[in-house]
Amino acid sequence: MLSSQKSEMYPIAYNTWHVISATDDLVPGKVEQTYLLGEPLQFVIDDTGKPTVWRVGPQAEPKNARAYVNTQLRYGYIWCVLGEPTKGIFEIPEYSEPDRRIMNALSVGINTSPPRAVENFLDMAHFPFVHDGILGEEPHTEVVEYQVDYNEEAGEIWATDCKFYQPKAAMASTEGVMADYIYRVPHPFCAVLYKSSPEDLERMDVISVFVTPLDEEHIKAHLAICILDTTTEFDKDIRLFQQTILGQDKPILENQMPRKLPLDVRAETPIRADKSSIIYRRYLRDIGLRFGTIPEAT
Amino acid sequence: MISSTQTARAQWYPIAASADLVPRHVFDGMLLGQELAVWRADDGFANIWENRCLHRGVRLTIGLNQGSELQCQYHGWRYANRTASCSYIPAHPANAPSRTVCNKTYPVVEKYGLVWSLLDQGPTFPEVAALEGSDCTPIRAIPINAPSEFVLTDLSNEVLNISDLGMFTVQVSWDETVVMTTDTGLTMVFFAQPVDAARTIIRGVSTAPINGTVLRQLNHALNRLRRRIEEDAKNIPQIDPIEPIHSSVRAELGTMPDQLETGEASLRVVVKEKIIIAEDVAQFSLTPLVGQLPTAQAGAHIDVHLPNGLTRQYSVTNGPGESDIYTIGVKKESQSKGGSETLHNTVQVGDLLSVSPPRNNFPLRRDATKSIFVAGGIGITPLLSMAKTLHSQSLAFELHYFVRSEDHVAFRTQLDALGASVILQIGLSPNETSGQLGAIYSKPDSTHHTYICGPGPMLDAARAAAADAGWNEANVHFEYFKNTNKIDDSSSFEISLARSAKTLRVEAGKTVLEVLRENGVNLMSSCGQGACGTCKVAVIDGEVDHQDVHLSASEKSQNSHMMTCVSRAKSKRLILDI
Repeated sequence: MLSSQKSEMYPIAYNTWHVISATDDLVPGKVEQTYLLGEPLQFVIDDTGKPTVWRVGPQAEPKNARAYVNTQLRYGYIWCVLGEPTKGIFEIPEYSEPDRRIMNALSVGINTSPPRAVENFLDMAHFPFVHDGILGEEPHTEVVEYQVDYNEEAGEIWATDCKFYQPKAAMASTEGVMADYIYRVPHPFCAVLYKSSPEDLERMDVISVFVTPLDEEHIKAHLAICILDTTTEFDKDIRLFQQTILGQDKPILENQMPRKLPLDVRAETPIRADKSSIIYRRYLRDIGLRFGTIPEAT
Repeated sequence: MISSTQTARAQWYPIAASADLVPRHVFDGMLLGQELAVWRADDGFANIWENRCLHRGVRLTIGLNQGSELQCQYHGWRYANRTASCSYIPAHPANAPSRTVCNKTYPVVEKYGLVWSLLDQGPTFPEVAALEGSDCTPIRAIPINAPSEFVLTDLSNEVLNISDLGMFTVQVSWDETVVMTTDTGLTMVFFAQPVDAARTIIRGVSTAPINGTVLRQLNHALNRLRRRIEEDAKNIPQIDPIEPIHSSVRAELGTMPDQLETGEASLRVVVKEKIIIAEDVAQFSLTPLVGQLPTAQAGAHIDVHLPNGLTRQYSVTNGPGESDIYTIGVKKESQSKGGSETLHNTVQVGDLLSVSPPRNNFPLRRDATKSIFVAGGIGITPLLSMAKTLHSQSLAFELHYFVRSEDHVAFRTQLDALGASVILQIGLSPNETSGQLGAIYSKPDSTHHTYICGPGPMLDAARAAAADAGWNEANVHFEYFKNTNKIDDSSSFEISLARSAKTLRVEAGKTVLEVLRENGVNLMSSCGQGACGTCKVAVIDGEVDHQDVHLSASEKSQNSHMMTCVSRAKSKRLILDI
């Protein structure tokens, strides 16, 4: 499929900024390859950290001005847009607070669609079964009523008053707590979690998932950390904690059939605990996002 | 030959060897592009389900076979043996899942050492004449990357040479079977399982056991055959895999919140067994006349329609895995109005009865660190099924069973199987009972839950004991046999139905339920006296005059739900969420 056809078929995905890589992982001058919305890309950063991204393949020769992709750096990641951006990258104000530990915990390839990964990130009910002993523990399985709102003006979903029993909510926690959560979906393929910080009750840890849509059924998930943690000595320990979590989610996501997210209400069975996912699917339907989804049967 | 996937979907194929279904394992099967989760329950039944949890589409083959239920790995939803209906949703421990939350199942036949199924409606299972009456021994399955019709043609032209057995000569019997016979009289029958458009599994069955040396030779011969067929198949054009069909859920399940279930579809059951299990207590085992019974969740009851026209509610005592039968315990009441008396005196083994599908208004949470069951007399029935459920999952519980005398202890064998968690409280006076209840409830804990069922006065005493000891009302669950309160139906008021935009008038002497039904709102009900909770509806506005015994005091004061069979309005108008 030509890229012009794709941009017509998936206008929303085409005209949105997406993460393609964490800058931490890159060696200046070394050319890397990836895909974005099914299109092969190459990219490189120079000694000052400035990224350059271009399309490869028969349709776009490198060095041809048309081949360069619109790029910017944000939150420690390279963001790209293949079409004409309809809006900028969403704000996460906590990133400008000086006492935060900021890092990319991991970038991992997962054989699933971008919205399936976002939905998994928004889900609490799986904690005792998939993250047993860390984010949840049987018999504490109840998902108590929480609030979900779609703010049409901002184009964002907010799930608030979320509470879940956690034996070890973060690297810095030592005992089980009822953890408070706020989830935010500011982008069809990104979600932000605000979670009560074990170190400062007044402030929230921020953990985001930025999904690179390699194609409709393959993603790279980047876990962006922006937390208050003065007790964990090494970054690698914080990374290991998050890697364990995502490592547990990966086999579940890869065993979800179909891989694309069905938007038809009769495709799957939501319950009250799935309010966030219900609103998320409705939002994808309303904005007309087709990339990685199965539309409603007509 | 597979003329099209459509026709093939309505034919029987082997999908596994019986020996593949080992205990507590989920076998990953595939037929015509459709993935199957195949698992044997502890009772021996082989379940063949679509390999997809209907909640979020996760493969059930990565789930856990827990013997009587299959647990999804993602959110821990549990699906019952045989029916595949959801028996528990951990995210909402206080709610019983709707009976209609049910995964897709396929028919199963186990024969000739193989497990057979078909995807769409089709004929009954056809016998394979060459295998009837023989000591069938399945041979190792051989997967081949080639279309099944291609494999069958090649197989039919094959002459297997096994030195210890001699030459096999081939006959092709019915379309899709290849029969090979040696001069020594040993026969092997080969079936081709179309896994996908271009993938096949050859499943062979020998009519007699074969020794290890011969098996090895056979294996070599079949592997050579596999390589040759795959070599030949390289010349045929590439075929796309068959698109699997993901079955959709019923419309009402796709929306939120859980919808009211309506309809009174009755099941026809046969009395398979009737035994006296204690003084004045008979146990009835009911099996379906045709088809399969919906799974009863722990705490559920059924309506039994009696030959004399009466309808009575009885708790199902089944534990997990006791499927395709409902077992109820019936106490002969001295002041019986004809319900228990008819069951005891008139209904006999072999009789046909109509029963409702099980309804669960007394759901069991499985998220308590400990559950305390307090049963009085025949109130043991729902609690027995709950105790069996927790026991099967090794969750902590105590079952206190208050009875008049040793002779009144029902379900003795089943209680013995639950071990030391069962505590019999025999022949206590009302004062002694209160004392015991005080002791049972002496240590309130927010992670403990208690379930009480028994005669009114005993139930009241247990609730009072728990309340006195400081138990949170939300942790105390109960079910009355009947509502002994005198119902006052002298008020008249209006009801507005929010969803159907109707306003109706309820006059004195009529119930809300009757008025709803007269106006075409088919609401389910069961006991008709405000005890069972089946006719509960949500109240949006207005003040309810609660007259039931189903809701707790705090639930009543919340004013969010009402029992339409007995409760009325204190305000001039109620707005109901229907």
